[in-house]
Amino acid sequence: MAFRRSEAPAAADTGNGVPIPVKIVIAGGFAVGKTTFVGSISEITPLTTEAAMTQVAAGIDDAGDATTKTSTTVAMDFGRISLGDDLILYLFGTPGQDRFRFMWDDLVRGAIGAVVLVDTSRLEDCFSAVDYFESNGVPFIVAVNAFHGRLHHSLDAVRSALGIPDEVPVIRTDARDRAATKLALLEVVQHALLRASS
Amino acid sequence: MSDDFDGVDRTLRVRPYALTGGRTRSANDLPIETIVKATLRGLSLTSQLTLERKRIVTMCMVPLSIAEISAHMHIPLGVARVLVGDMSAEALLETNRMPVGRLGDRPDIKLLERVLDGLQAL
Repeated sequence: MAFRRSEAPAAADTGNGVPIPVKIVIAGGFAVGKTTFVGSISEITPLTTEAAMTQVAAGIDDAGDATTKTSTTVAMDFGRISLGDDLILYLFGTPGQDRFRFMWDDLVRGAIGAVVLVDTSRLEDCFSAVDYFESNGVPFIVAVNAFHGRLHHSLDAVRSALGIPDEVPVIRTDARDRAATKLALLEVVQHALLRASS
Repeated sequence: MSDDFDGVDRTLRVRPYALTGGRTRSANDLPIETIVKATLRGLSLTSQLTLERKRIVTMCMVPLSIAEISAHMHIPLGVARVLVGDMSAEALLETNRMPVGRLGDRPDIKLLERVLDGLQAL
């Protein structure tokens, strides 16, 4: 029943009995369904954490006033999936707009890859996330969230509108549906594997 | 009674970054998904810890990420990161992060395969 029970873990394990974390970033515009997507498969109700803007934007922002330190925060929803005893996958939902770029470097560091969730009626909301992942070499897929089972545009039309190469998967998903979310996550891991093997 | 200025008074509510002495970075900058677990030393010292530290040690009897600690304690990520960094330096907590492979900051192939297997088995 339990496979690889006593096998040596494939990846390095520090041996202290603390699970290894991995993460996938879920990006997309406002109200595109990121938290729904995370919640459909997470073993915990999605939690919210806050990143303070000045914390990571210190070099960019010239506010230079210590009193503004916690004045701007961005909420980020996330969930988790235990994959066996010693591996935990975290899903971090992040706002896709340019003004939140300050937190992306931190978020994508070490990530398996990203799922860009898209609502075809507001395609432009995902442009900056796609730009960012492309220019930073982060493996990503585009998952078109079919609201009420309907797509306003074909997947091919989405691909050409986004101008992304053929090797980047563009799939249809339903953020409310666990099985669909699982497929989207498998897709991004497979894509990352392909990229890592080439 | 004793005026002890070097610690956070456990009865005071303080602004989040006061807990970290105003620091927004810890010595080792831990990723937000870093998994944290209380050590035996941490658990044996809980009665001597400040309120926040005690909460973190108790909470981390089961492994939790820095992001989860931040969410449960309603403190900004940066604060949770500094607290965990300090506490693990003091061996109150032990942490685990993704092993860095040949690809620099990306998971290596073996780890990706384990994630794939794990997801498929869900």
